[in-house]
Amino acid sequence: MVPLTWYLILAAFVFSAGLFAALGRRNAIAVLMGIELMLNAANINLIAFWRYGPSPAQNLDGQIFALFVIAVAAAEVAVGLALVISVYRNRRTVNLDDLDLLKG
Amino acid sequence: MPELPFELPPLPTIQQVIFVMIAILTVLGALVVVLARNLFHSALGLVTAFFGAAGVYVVAEAEFIGVSQVLVYVGAISTLITFAIMLTRGMMFGATSPRNRQSGTAAMITILIFLVLTALVGAIPWPQAGEPIVEGQAIIAGLGRSFVNEYVVPFQLLAMLLLVALAGAIVLARDRK
Amino acid sequence: MNWSDALIQFQYDLGAPQELSWLIEGITYFIGAFILANAALVLALLLIWITRKVVSRIQDRIGPNRVGRYGLFQTVADAVKLLSKEDITPSTADKVSYLIAPVLAVMGVLMALAVIPFGAGLVGADLNVGVLYLVALGSIGIMAALMAGWGSNNKYALLAGFRVVAQLLSYEIPMVLAMLAPVLLVGTMSMQGISQAQSLYLGPINLGLGWFIFLLPGAFLIYFISALAEAEQTPFDLLEAESELIAGFHIEYSGMKFAMFFLAQFLNSFFLGAIAVVLFLGGWQGPFAGQIPLLGPIYFLAKTFFVYVVIQWVKGTFPRVRVDQMMSFAWKVLVPLVLALILAQMIIMKLPTPMWLNYILVLVANLAVVVAVLNILGKYFQREQVRSKRAFEPKSLIGVMQPARPASGD
Repeated sequence: MVPLTWYLILAAFVFSAGLFAALGRRNAIAVLMGIELMLNAANINLIAFWRYGPSPAQNLDGQIFALFVIAVAAAEVAVGLALVISVYRNRRTVNLDDLDLLKG
Repeated sequence: MPELPFELPPLPTIQQVIFVMIAILTVLGALVVVLARNLFHSALGLVTAFFGAAGVYVVAEAEFIGVSQVLVYVGAISTLITFAIMLTRGMMFGATSPRNRQSGTAAMITILIFLVLTALVGAIPWPQAGEPIVEGQAIIAGLGRSFVNEYVVPFQLLAMLLLVALAGAIVLARDRK
Repeated sequence: MNWSDALIQFQYDLGAPQELSWLIEGITYFIGAFILANAALVLALLLIWITRKVVSRIQDRIGPNRVGRYGLFQTVADAVKLLSKEDITPSTADKVSYLIAPVLAVMGVLMALAVIPFGAGLVGADLNVGVLYLVALGSIGIMAALMAGWGSNNKYALLAGFRVVAQLLSYEIPMVLAMLAPVLLVGTMSMQGISQAQSLYLGPINLGLGWFIFLLPGAFLIYFISALAEAEQTPFDLLEAESELIAGFHIEYSGMKFAMFFLAQFLNSFFLGAIAVVLFLGGWQGPFAGQIPLLGPIYFLAKTFFVYVVIQWVKGTFPRVRVDQMMSFAWKVLVPLVLALILAQMIIMKLPTPMWLNYILVLVANLAVVVAVLNILGKYFQREQVRSKRAFEPKSLIGVMQPARPASGD
């Protein structure tokens, strides 16, 4: 049996990497990738807690939440990338620093 | 045999060895996503991390989630991301750095968050082992039953959300000319 | 009894200690994987030979007949020739994706072997998500094609890569939904479970003829068409349309790297045939397969080779479709039909009528789908025939062929 802490530390690392990509990368697509990483980290945690929870064979809430997260991530990435492509078409850039049309 | 001054840790089981290998793969993939200058390499790193996560689910005996992960993330999401990278590829090899102005602060905050999370995880006494899952227990059937019983409303909402996202993505990305 | 249990027991009988159970299991599964993977590579040589023979017979040629008896070793000679070729890496290629792509392509295909049941108890791993696992493997192939297309740094390769994704993703949806039909009927996604469900008992004797194709011909037809597209076979071989894209996403590959894509494609069509056999054609079931276990693998391989020959037959017969035709056929014909079919099947199976009536209703729905698909295809081919004929006729004749104007009233 793999100790629960290993799962959690792995998830923490993946989450931190995703957070850095979302905060520190310049390209909008890279930011989206970071968000995907964070969602995956959440899923790893959900599955790990499901496995270590009471009666995992009957109590499937963790798995169900993970499936919901996967589906929502699919919707999110579709809309996000459509936005990126739309922005690229209008402004010829996906560089987030250059998208400052609303700056006062 | 002389007494050792400390106790040897128990030998790792096969599952633990496999988990460590998968975890290293995932970590490397995540690092490539964050650090690669070439955005396509980032996408490849993302695929690696997705595969690693799927492996983690399989080790945790959630095969259905693992396979769904490969199907949705690797099959659909990575492909979409790669497509977007190729469509906007004028942006890929810019002379500018891949990181923005606040990346230094962001790096510090992320490292801090990772350290805090790790310390928290280490400080809490977690249960040592989960209850064993007997082979043949109908987990997938249970999942299906939950989706049409307790979770029927979220499930329908999710279907609605996917439909709206589909239509919205088409409207947004369509060429208006 | 499963093959792995038998092999583990055999090792214990030889005197292996109980404490080393993990090592013994590891050895067992390694042996299984080793045999399967190498058998697949030998199989590919045979498959390529069959393809060349079948297609050349259709085209009124003899095909390879020089190396070995009936030209059986022609493929070996070709492989040796490919090995001796120069291994080129384009200087502007993206090295990482360029080098990983061929490996990934073969890996994604070979992994399918793990869940295919060759006989009762002869399956690498009887996953309870077997069907879904096979579907998920398809995405690895898509990634490999994209990586090859992008990594080659060649515009034709990139275009072909886009086409691969468009085609494979579009046809994955009807394929998955068609695979769902037998899964819904049996109530399991395990490949072995689906094989076992297709038995037909006549008294105590298992005739093994309860194949789902007799009940779900519509789902089978849609699966077969989608599988042709997934295997990148004619009429859906747009990905390597020589006249449009030179060679497809593997244009920049040479020598053994090209051979790996080639291998992946042939094995993929064989395995898609094997999946069709498991889901619709009874798997290893057949007359007396229950009594004589050895017959199981023979039935299975015979059926799979039959499906493979049919795929090659289609390849030799049909012309290639255009890109827009390919996309609209998937999205406007196959997806709505298969969705309607699945919905109808789910509702019918829940009706309070007796079971035999439900089965008949499912069969009727499937036959309706078959008629609809064949009707649409037939109409399309009729129209296309007229158009292509006209393209080669002189202008003056076209005028004659147009319908005469109604006589003006006088």
